Amino acid sequence: MRTKLRLGKYWLYIPLVLMAVFYLLPMYVMLVTGFKSFEEIDLKTMWALPRGIAFINYIEAWTKLSPSLLNSFMMVIPAALISSALGSLNGFVLAKWKFRGADVIFPFILFGMFIPYQSILIPLVQFMNAMGITGLPGLALAHIIYGIPITTLTFRNYYASLPQELLEAAKMDGADMLGIYRYILLPISLPSFVVVLIWQFTSAWNDFLFAVVLTGNEEWPITVALNNMAGSQIIAWNVQMAGSLLAALPTLLVYIFLGRYFLRGLLAGSLKG
Amino acid sequence: MASVTYKNVIKRFGELEIIKNLNIHVEDKEFLVLVGPSGCGKTTALRLLAGLEEITDGEILIGDRVVNDVAPKDRDIAMVFQSYALYPHLSVYDNMAFGLKLRKTPKEEIKRRVNEAAEILGITDLLQRKPRQLSGGQRQRVAVGRAIVREPKVFLFDEPLSNLDAKLRVQMRAEISKLHQRLQTTFIYVTHDQTEAMTMASRIAVINKGILQQLDTPQNLYDRPNNLFVAGFIGSPAMNFFSAKLAKSGDKVYVDAEDFKVQIPDALAGPYKSMDGRKVVFGIRPENIHDPEFAPPNIHGERVETKVDVTELMGNETFLYLVAGKNTFIARVDPRSRRRVGDAAQVIFDMDKFHIFDANTEEAIR
Repeated sequence: MRTKLRLGKYWLYIPLVLMAVFYLLPMYVMLVTGFKSFEEIDLKTMWALPRGIAFINYIEAWTKLSPSLLNSFMMVIPAALISSALGSLNGFVLAKWKFRGADVIFPFILFGMFIPYQSILIPLVQFMNAMGITGLPGLALAHIIYGIPITTLTFRNYYASLPQELLEAAKMDGADMLGIYRYILLPISLPSFVVVLIWQFTSAWNDFLFAVVLTGNEEWPITVALNNMAGSQIIAWNVQMAGSLLAALPTLLVYIFLGRYFLRGLLAGSLKG
Repeated sequence: MASVTYKNVIKRFGELEIIKNLNIHVEDKEFLVLVGPSGCGKTTALRLLAGLEEITDGEILIGDRVVNDVAPKDRDIAMVFQSYALYPHLSVYDNMAFGLKLRKTPKEEIKRRVNEAAEILGITDLLQRKPRQLSGGQRQRVAVGRAIVREPKVFLFDEPLSNLDAKLRVQMRAEISKLHQRLQTTFIYVTHDQTEAMTMASRIAVINKGILQQLDTPQNLYDRPNNLFVAGFIGSPAMNFFSAKLAKSGDKVYVDAEDFKVQIPDALAGPYKSMDGRKVVFGIRPENIHDPEFAPPNIHGERVETKVDVTELMGNETFLYLVAGKNTFIARVDPRSRRRVGDAAQVIFDMDKFHIFDANTEEAIR
């Protein structure tokens, strides 16, 4: 019985490992190419390991990309923080302080998630220009607003899972609406904040389309700058790949450092059982 | 310290009337238990008093003050919830101090009150812990402590023991009774468990389908239930009921349940003399049915022929599940009873302790 089970496990792991390897192939190419010299770059030797480890490509990519990395951070951090905060407030009101029509407004907010970026590009640019909010602040604002549906959904679902009695206890203890949010819900929202912060950080960081239409040369975030680093005639793939790694690093680090909060249940123990 | 009054209180959720014209006056320092089956409106009645639900019609008074439009926090009440509803991120100390902090109570005063409450409840060692590090019983104490520190005029309890295991429940029951004596404050306590109601209350309000059935002391409720519902709800195992007819023969009045016929003692027969042929429900509690061998002397015993269906030995007593024709009922007899399953057995009904209800109105006739 036990050996059978173990055999079954192997049959499960073999395809899983194969799929993981397949999935990691581009990553491999990116890594090895980033360490190669320009002469080594050839389709024929694409899979080969580099002859030596040189960081020269990274230094070059860094000098070219560092201003736009800074741009990305300046845009992404406020965008993620503000849209998470707004989502949390929205979620609180929609889940626990229902007003007349709340059940109609919620689906409308969610509807925002399904609007493709492409379909609103022109009105978005016109609106931003008309409002005089251009460049990075405009891009941040676009991400804040585009993020509200998903952050609202996440927080609303979390708050809806909290027992009403928790809020009623606070109400009887003398807390008003804002007091309940500030002293009870906000402190136990950390896991949800981590989820939406990772999500918002990643999606705003990786966005190319909004960035390319809303920002000009000096304000390019990393995605646009990386794309424009490739010259029109010859592409220095080694530098390009080093730059790609630099561009991907922050989102990876955010996940590595915040990811452990993903599963942490802070609520355990407040209720029965 | 305050009395509580429900005056013609009605609560509707949409079309549904949950509370139908409730009138209760709770004396200062009284321990009132609201009891009834789930969905009867007892919790709603408590939540109306707490201010967590809005009252549709009528008035609720705490002391002399009508509190219909007073916010929960200004009603000078504290509530212990069924799920305890402790704040998960705060320590036991901060859970208890939360309400006082919001009220801007001086720090020293908060400290004094929390420590005092913790001492009363025996949770002084737990003050720095988080709720998740506590057992069910300890959480329960913290929830009670959170109410105590507020020094409210009225304590509200919403089924506070229903999440505890049986042994702990018995222990907490006694502790809440002790707490009531010590604090000398009005307690209003909701439960569906009639044992809790009987053991703790100074008076019990039995509610069914949004209507107050009877409001009385536990002993009166047990001995003199107003109607069939109260009779069946209070007491465990429940009172036995038989469809019957009153029959007069000469000077004697009998209860005729077809499968058996028992005589009402002359001293008690007065009210029934004019009711010959009336359809009634005859009720008798399991402990008033005896094995003839162990029946107490000097009772007006009436013999009934039955068959034993099931026996349950409880140690200090034995439950006999009996069959008489189409009727099945329970007798709570002396554990030395030698009745066995399948035996044909005579039992004795103690006719000094019977109940008669009108078959239509279900009201007691006496």
